Formats: sequence, C-alpha cells, structure tokens
Amino acid sequence: MSKKTWTTLALIAALVIIFAVSFVVGGLHTNPDERFAGTDSVATSTIEESNPGYQPWFEPFFRPESGEVESGLFALQAAIGGTVLGFAIGALWGRRRGERTALAAAPAEPTP
Amino acid sequence: MHIAEGFLPVIHCVAWYAVSAPFVIHGARTVITEAKEHPESRLLLAAAGAFTFVLSSIKLPSVTGSSSHPTGTGLGAVLFRPPVMAFLSTIVLLFQALLLAHGGITTLGANVFSMGIAGPWVGYWFWTLSNRLGWHRNVGVFLALAFADLSTYLVTSVQLGLAFPDPVSGLAGSVAKFAGVFAISQIPLAVAEGILGVLVFRLLTDVAAPELRRLGVLGAAREAVA
Repeated sequence: MSKKTWTTLALIAALVIIFAVSFVVGGLHTNPDERFAGTDSVATSTIEESNPGYQPWFEPFFRPESGEVESGLFALQAAIGGTVLGFAIGALWGRRRGERTALAAAPAEPTP
Repeated sequence: MHIAEGFLPVIHCVAWYAVSAPFVIHGARTVITEAKEHPESRLLLAAAGAFTFVLSSIKLPSVTGSSSHPTGTGLGAVLFRPPVMAFLSTIVLLFQALLLAHGGITTLGANVFSMGIAGPWVGYWFWTLSNRLGWHRNVGVFLALAFADLSTYLVTSVQLGLAFPDPVSGLAGSVAKFAGVFAISQIPLAVAEGILGVLVFRLLTDVAAPELRRLGVLGAAREAVA
C-alpha cells in the first residue's frame, strides 16, 4: 500500500480511538441517567439552577414529540448533508475524469 | 452551542441579531456572486455547506460524560473565506430551530454569531497563521477545523455568561461556569473534527485540485506529498 493509503488509515484509526476513549472514560464516573446528555441541555439546566426566576419568554413553534421523532429528524439532516456532499465529490470526480479523457483523446485527433 | 429558544433576555436577542445580520447579508451576497461568476466552484460550495449540515447533526460522546456536536464550519472558511459560512450556518441553524426545536428563532442571532461568524474567522486565522509559518497544509486544515469548533463553544459560553452573570462571582465566574459545561467536552470533539477535516480535505485535493488552486487554497500552504 502507498504512503497515502497508510496515512488515511492512520487518520481513521485516530478518529476511532478518540471516540472509543471518550466513550469509556465518559462512562466511568457519571450517573447512568445523565450519561452523555447533550451539552446544550446541560447549559439550559445550569441557567435554570442558577436563575430559578428566569422564565423562557418564547417557545418553539414545533417540537418533536418524542426522542424517536427527534432522532429521525436529526438523521434526516445528516442524510441530506451526506447526499449533497457525496454528490458534490462524485460530480467533481467525474469532472476530472472527463478532463483526463478529453486530454488523452486530444492528440489522437487529426490535425487539419 | 445552540442556546435554547427563549433562553436569552430580549435585549440580548435583539443585540445579537443586529451584530450578526450584516455578516449574514454579506455572506449571502458572497455566495451568490461566487456561484454566478465561478460556476465551477458551485460543487465545492455545496460540499462546504453539506459538511456543516452533516457534522452539526451528529451528537458525539465526550470524555466528560456528556455529548456534543461538531460544527464543521472550518472547512468552508478555509475554502471560501469566512463570510460564506455566516450564510451557510444560518441555513443549518434555521433548519434545526424550526424542525428540531434545537436552538431557536429568538436565539438565532446569537447562535449564528458563535457558529457562523466567530468560529469560521478564528479557524481562518489559524489557517493563515499556519501558512505564514510554512507548516504543511494538512496541519493548517487541522488547526482551522479544530479551533473553529472550539471557539464557537467558547463564544457561546461568553454569550450565556453575559446574559446570566453569576450573583457572587459576576461575569467572569459565569463565563467560566458555562465554559466548564462546554469547553472541556468539546476538546476531544474538536480534535476529531480536525482529523476528519484533514481526511475530507485530502479527498478534495484529489478531485478538485484546479478549483482549489483558483481559490488560492492550494499553493497557499507548503505543498508536499501527503
């Protein structure tokens, strides 16, 4: 394998290691009920604890009714992003291939 | 980094809207001009927006036992300079505020400022600094993405600290408290985002070298076989 492939594999391995360590270390000293709560909601509860008098003055128009629906909508967001990203990279790849074929074909054309 | 709907006093909401609006308008114009004058960079613009769309939808576990999401704004800042990210991040944040009740319409101005303006600019500064120091461009990309991510959360901590100063320790104590919630959890995520950014950037240099050269992204940093 080339050096480039090795670098890619090493980078992917580093990503896996970071999350494996995070998952194990993060699960060690935390209460199972609060484990891996979102930092955004932790910040909200921090505000509620230190400012018990504060009333949120606006409510979201629409709120996913269950965790399942919410996860689904987050998945939808990831799916839209992933599709567009994949299409863009694929189209760029096709653009390069088209250029290479055109370049390879050019010298073969008869000169007038 | 999403400040929940209604969780900023009215005056703060208005102020952050006022600060962010010019950046978003300028960003939208930049995106339109870029797409019109350089149709060949439309695909890269889409890729930059899509990268942020994906990354900000994923909540990842962190060493502190909480979970948080990356922002993905550093990549677009490196490719197209930071203004475009103000606009692209606004789209992402609107989607999340309207469909997911994540963040909010009242706090949109503040959230756009942290994710779409502060983060991309900090990331971009690290990218230019790395280039000036002659470091390899993968190092620059790593720093740009990691610090765009981390600084977004630090700005959120300051925003919440300003809105809810601690009765005893005041502003500084309050900012430190919110940074305690966000920043440490975010460090491993920022590192991971930096690594992922390098992977995506290497892929882009394979498939989009001429476009990147025109944008001045390739050639800005020391070129080497990676």
